[in-house]
Amino acid sequence: MLELKNISFQAEDEKEILKDVSLKIDDKIVVITGPNGGGKSTLAKVIAGIVTPTGGQILLDGEDITGYSVTERANAGISLAFQQPVRFKGLTVRDLITIAAGKELNVSEACSYLSEVGLCAKDYIDRELNASLSGGEIKRIEIATILARGSKFSIFDEPEAGIDLWSFQSLIRVFEKMQKEYKGTILIISHQERILDIADKIIYIKDGMVEQYGPKDEILKTLINTAQPGCDVLMQKI
Amino acid sequence: MIDEIGKSLLKEVAELDALPVGAYNIRVNGESSARNTTANIDIVSKEDKSGIDIIIKPGTKNESVHIPVVLSQSGLKETVYNDFYVGEDCDVTIVAGCGIHNCGTGDSSHAGVHRFFVGKNAKLRYVEKHYGEGDGRGKRVMNPTTEMHLEEGASVLMEATQISGIDDTVRKTIATLAEGANLEVQEKVLTDGEQKAVSEFVADLNGEGCSCNIVSRTVAKDQSVQHFSSTLNGNAPCSGHTECDSIIMNGAKVSASPNLTASNVDASLIHEAAIGKIAGEQLLKLMTLGLTEEEAEEKIVSGFLK
Repeated sequence: MLELKNISFQAEDEKEILKDVSLKIDDKIVVITGPNGGGKSTLAKVIAGIVTPTGGQILLDGEDITGYSVTERANAGISLAFQQPVRFKGLTVRDLITIAAGKELNVSEACSYLSEVGLCAKDYIDRELNASLSGGEIKRIEIATILARGSKFSIFDEPEAGIDLWSFQSLIRVFEKMQKEYKGTILIISHQERILDIADKIIYIKDGMVEQYGPKDEILKTLINTAQPGCDVLMQKI
Repeated sequence: MIDEIGKSLLKEVAELDALPVGAYNIRVNGESSARNTTANIDIVSKEDKSGIDIIIKPGTKNESVHIPVVLSQSGLKETVYNDFYVGEDCDVTIVAGCGIHNCGTGDSSHAGVHRFFVGKNAKLRYVEKHYGEGDGRGKRVMNPTTEMHLEEGASVLMEATQISGIDDTVRKTIATLAEGANLEVQEKVLTDGEQKAVSEFVADLNGEGCSCNIVSRTVAKDQSVQHFSSTLNGNAPCSGHTECDSIIMNGAKVSASPNLTASNVDASLIHEAAIGKIAGEQLLKLMTLGLTEEEAEEKIVSGFLK
């Protein structure tokens, strides 16, 4: 279980991105949704240790990991699939999956993770992680590295961003499969209804605060009812 | 006789544990120590200066020549002239390499002047690896000069690597390409400490439809200094591409100067040069996979130079 206690984060320009966020996450799949700029990605970075919170505490299975570095958190069992996966000249798909698994993998093991995300392993395993890979391809490879890690707490930051409709279909299947087979908690930041649909619980974050947190059906119902058209500020001006 | 130091250098530069299969000439401390020729590949010592002629019969396929050089005698300085005649329609691999072990106070240096005459439609893979070791105060210096002359339809892949232990290097490569010839160069260089490396390429693309691709990847650490220059002269309808990509670390200095000249309206020449430190997000990504910052840096550098 991951527990956030009174997490706040203030950016350098003094804007408060996260305001006193407290959450307990122990279901299989939890989806965070909410408007852009609401603090969702920052929260993911705070959990992974990339961003240091201005205040608050983070506990993983009761262990206080607030002071842990990125590496220490990774080793404690936290994984993060980046919204924009990083490209590396020279490192291959196999290299990255091997690093993620933390041990030498034979070809069939490494390939199995690629097959999971719908990539034909033999075409990709020795490809360089450079600009020759499309947005959808590198996104799926990013997800394969998280599968290879098999952490107890995995975060996916907008897995649907930058991929086409066809890749999106197979992405949904990956998460559906993870829901059945994956051991551990999966936290997904997403705006997609299909992804919200596979959640056990949904967290709605707006203006750096948790506005709603509860079982999927409950939250979906209130989100649909309270959905406002367009931008609030603009609407007020009309 | 090859002693233990010589054997370990041979392993580094030529990946040889024992005498290689096929033709070879092993040069140890300024003298030829072992040589083998085959029915198709002849090796003859030059009479007027230090060096050898390697003559490969036309049509020779799937054969290799190893000509490693090792220097373990501190203070030894040598210049060696090797000429390679690769006959028409050959498909061969030539592995050259030089390892210097210097544990004394005198500077050790090896300058190899290699000229390649690659016949019509011949295919050549040329592998050159430079390596230095030893804790003496004497410098380890290597100044290779490579001349490549490609006849019609010839194709050459040159892989030049200098990853460790060479204090000072000036590497010069010049090439001429006839009709339909193709030259690929992959250069990898790593410098650290106070090392200096200069690499200069000049390719004359003279024949219609010839092409040339020079890719240099380098890493400069500590206070080391690197300079890369690459000149492509497009004198015919041809295509040329040159790319220099460098990672700079600590207090190093890297300069890159690509230079293109086209004298034919159908010459298409491109250059790319990029110098930068390791991107912070690359380090972060590998750290989220459980590596420490140092381990991440090492992975990125070794992948880049692979």
